[in-house]
Amino acid sequence: MKRTMENQKLIDIRNLVKRFPIGDGSFTALRGITLAFAEGEFAGLVGPSGSGKTTLLNIIGSLDTPSEGSVTVLGREVTHLSHREAAALRNHHIGFIFQTYNLLPVFTVYDNVEFPLLLQKGGAAGRKKAVLEALEWVGLADKAQSRPAQLSGGECQRVSIARAMVKRPQLVLADEPSANLDADNSHHILRTMKRLNRELGTTFIFATHDEKVMHYLDRIIGLEDGRVARDERIENTTEDDHPPASGEIGGSELPGEEDFARP
Amino acid sequence: MLALKLAIRNLLGAGLRTWLTAGVLSIAFVVMVFYQGLLDGWNLHARSTTREWEIGGGQYWHPAYDRFDPFSLQEAHAPLSPQALELAAAGRIVPELITQATAYPDGRMVNLLIRGIPPGQQLLSLPTAALAADSVGIPALIGRRMAASLRLQPGDALLLRWRDRSGVFDAREVTIVGIFRADVPSIDQGQIWLPLATVQEMTGMAGEATLLVSAPDQPPLPLAGWVFKDTDFLLKEFTEVIHSKKAGSSIIYGTMLAIALLAIFDTQVLSIFRRRREIGTYMALGMTRGQVIGLFTVEGAAHSLFALLLASIYGLPLLHWLGTHGISMPEVADATGMTIGVKMLPVYSAGMVLFSVAVVILSTAIVSYLPARRIARLKPTEALRGRSQ
Repeated sequence: MKRTMENQKLIDIRNLVKRFPIGDGSFTALRGITLAFAEGEFAGLVGPSGSGKTTLLNIIGSLDTPSEGSVTVLGREVTHLSHREAAALRNHHIGFIFQTYNLLPVFTVYDNVEFPLLLQKGGAAGRKKAVLEALEWVGLADKAQSRPAQLSGGECQRVSIARAMVKRPQLVLADEPSANLDADNSHHILRTMKRLNRELGTTFIFATHDEKVMHYLDRIIGLEDGRVARDERIENTTEDDHPPASGEIGGSELPGEEDFARP
Repeated sequence: MLALKLAIRNLLGAGLRTWLTAGVLSIAFVVMVFYQGLLDGWNLHARSTTREWEIGGGQYWHPAYDRFDPFSLQEAHAPLSPQALELAAAGRIVPELITQATAYPDGRMVNLLIRGIPPGQQLLSLPTAALAADSVGIPALIGRRMAASLRLQPGDALLLRWRDRSGVFDAREVTIVGIFRADVPSIDQGQIWLPLATVQEMTGMAGEATLLVSAPDQPPLPLAGWVFKDTDFLLKEFTEVIHSKKAGSSIIYGTMLAIALLAIFDTQVLSIFRRRREIGTYMALGMTRGQVIGLFTVEGAAHSLFALLLASIYGLPLLHWLGTHGISMPEVADATGMTIGVKMLPVYSAGMVLFSVAVVILSTAIVSYLPARRIARLKPTEALRGRSQ
């Protein structure tokens, strides 16, 4: 039985304004954004460059703070979080996937995926189990001892997904995750994320202008000049509706729901 | 542990740059240990040799005696009290009577000090037993430096002229019965050793002495009319020389250390600039700024671990070889009047090595921390974009 997605507010954004100082003046990146995200959403912030997608994603991820308005993530008002509290929120509850993967080049795939858990100071046995599980999810268990330099772009992004998911976060923020990938790899990682979303109930929010990503989204929020231009929910979107990857890229079948149960 | 693991991986990943920096740091470390060991070895040797040959466990001086003023000798003599005589008889103190004199080797004129000492004493390493020879008129003992400068051999006669306690000049010929080799120039250069009783008779100072050398295990006693000078006082000038030598040598290894630290500082600055995206990733993954600063500080400081590793590979055998074979000193090395051995053997104490290790680790940690502080001003969003502020 699949996990029930509770329709609770995971993120609540009200009248969000973000300004960046430029010289003597300032540039307003976000202008009065009001949005809410429920648990288990697979949503995307779409729009052209400079529309404020990444800025909004950064504020949701407590990497940045609003100039005005309020942003509540997992019940915490990010405006009022100290550096330490924001770091703890990111470490325990938020996963990040970057366009450039941002893997640690000197670490193996296993070490990269293990890294967020080391910051949580959990037991070694539990950590190992979680890492191997996460690598299974993305089909890279056999590459555990490889270095990022030995992997393809698609594999690197799958490691990045495993790293984001290994701590079973409630929220994953993905900034242009497919921008550096070819079509096959893009579809593969998107299918992986979609499955994780469905099986684990993890909320995914993307910042993207990649058409391929939009096909997978349940909700598309269009941003233009720092404002919400549209907010559409798309019905009946499943991974089976999307074009299959041309050729297998080494991804294994994802495990059943019992394997995905939150601890 | 995570920081150390990451640091070591990053440093190994940097390849030759890491090893060059660690190499210079290791040289600084080895030189630091060597120089300190050399000076410690010199200090140890000089102190023990001076105790054995000249000062014992301290000296009781006549209040008027000043070892740097020969004119004080005219007044600096007094009879031994019954207590002092008792200690001398028991071999717990050795009385010395010192007076100025002039020698005439080969018709030349040389100023020197006549030092009277009991031939039977066993407290000092001086071979005074030779002074008990009764086959010659007045037996005399000199050191190898004195023998070399006066061109004297055992059996040679030497004319001495001195003034007695009344200021009257007198002269006699003495016979060199022995030439000793000691690393203590102050008992050799400009000194001639005669039997105490003979000197007392020559100067008209029967039963008198200028100073009394105490046995090493003899606790200081309140001897009336005598002032006790402990070994710290008697070796004060030498200690000051060692301190000054240590300060001088610290400039050498301090400069080398500074070069290595500068390389680490530069590496850190460059590393933080080039790895902004990585820093942003750490923050995004949940590291606090303090943790990231700590990570970079550990990474910089880990250079010292590599340096210690290198130093143990080539430094340990080198230092051990130097410690066993020593460094030969030229014959003129002791012409300065400093106590110095034929060979200087470095002595490496655990405390000194640990201190040097601590200096290297601490200094690298500090120079690693200084540039890492700028991470605290780095915004995660800017760092993730690879921008600096």
